[in-house]
Amino acid sequence: MRVEIDEPKCVASGQCVVASPEVFDQRDEDGVVIVLDAAPAPALHDAVREAAAVCPAAAIRLVLE
Amino acid sequence: MTRVVVVGASAAGLAAVDALRREGYDGTLTLVGAEPHPPYDRPPLSKQLLAGAWEPDRLVLRTPAELSALGLDLRLGTAATGLDPAARVVALSDGDRLPYDALVIATGVRPRRLPGEGPQHVLRTLEDALALRERLRPGRHLAVVGAGFLGAEAAAVARGLGVEVTLLEPEPVPLARTVGAPVGAMLAALHREHGVTLRTGVAVRAVCRGGVRLADGAFVAADEVLTAIGSVPNTDWLAGSGLPVGDGLECDMYGAAAPGVYGAGDVARVRHPVSGAASRVEHRTHAAESGLAVARNLLRPDAPRPFAPVPYVWSDQYDVRLQAYGYLRGHEHLDVVEGALATRRFLVAYRSGGRLTGVLAAGLPPRVVRRWRQAVAGRVPWREAVPAAGAVP
Repeated sequence: MRVEIDEPKCVASGQCVVASPEVFDQRDEDGVVIVLDAAPAPALHDAVREAAAVCPAAAIRLVLE
Repeated sequence: MTRVVVVGASAAGLAAVDALRREGYDGTLTLVGAEPHPPYDRPPLSKQLLAGAWEPDRLVLRTPAELSALGLDLRLGTAATGLDPAARVVALSDGDRLPYDALVIATGVRPRRLPGEGPQHVLRTLEDALALRERLRPGRHLAVVGAGFLGAEAAAVARGLGVEVTLLEPEPVPLARTVGAPVGAMLAALHREHGVTLRTGVAVRAVCRGGVRLADGAFVAADEVLTAIGSVPNTDWLAGSGLPVGDGLECDMYGAAAPGVYGAGDVARVRHPVSGAASRVEHRTHAAESGLAVARNLLRPDAPRPFAPVPYVWSDQYDVRLQAYGYLRGHEHLDVVEGALATRRFLVAYRSGGRLTGVLAAGLPPRVVRRWRQAVAGRVPWREAVPAAGAVP
């Protein structure tokens, strides 16, 4: 799984950080998402899928490899 | 279970079908959508799309390949017209009848309209937004009826396009019942600074040719009128079905409305497992979260999980982005606990029933906001969350 961000869409809700803090963080200055791990381990996939699903701006795309 | 029908092909319906497949459901999965488009995102309609910064292709929620990978029986441009929950059959506008083992109702809401013969815009669908955008030209005059989040966002976008804007609001302070009078007053000042003619305490009676007629008989001239006075749940098709319908489809804390029938998104009125309060939440995040939650409960009716998210909504007005977590409406008390309203960098805490139930933030670092969001999720007693506020009266 590869995590891709459509950064202009991000609204800095922080929902992804709540769902999957191992993979997502936010920039201090504007809250825009930071991907900590763009190729997360399988154990994290459920949480990452949850993060993508609850992103209010549909800014997280998961590419299955 | 081999036949699941999801009625409503927007954020909630899409989240439901996505989650059903992810959780391993491999039977027939029918997604019914009244609009002709594949699922698209609505929040940008009153923001980037209306401003002309984005085109409709930016709103698409799934690529054709991603949709096709879900293996859906996709019925777009088709409305549900009736439901027989005893026979477990949904009737469609094209005459088809869909038998189901489980049903998700995610038919959303439609905008309320004003009476009157004059043309009025509303803002709910892609077509609505494109039709309004077409008319927003510099120097033209737009009257926006209703200064809630939607009307306020549209007013801000229109000002950015050089449109003259009159914003008409029946309450004395915009959004006061939701965010509180002090925050509402700050937002009113923000709009006035940007050249909006904001008139509060003004009720509109009707839309006429060339403007709107107010309750006191006065006339406000405008080239275009946008009506943003709230919405009505799309439950008409459930009439006679026997399902509990009031202000939306009444669901329990698991999102269930009847055996095998679940509600998700704007149309569903869900009971909160802790507070016991039933509420209908019209937020984009809630649509996705509730779609996800009911998909899981539908597949495991013997071990359902209550649905208790922290509602989240954001609103962009000029260069201010408001972010709200939790329940603000109906609060008993509020305090500015970080920053200051005047600087437009602040966090306001809201109290209900002696607890911290919501916060509204703007311009603060995410770490600060996240700490408060956590406290909202934990429904922390107000005295612990906001020690400076002292004892609750």
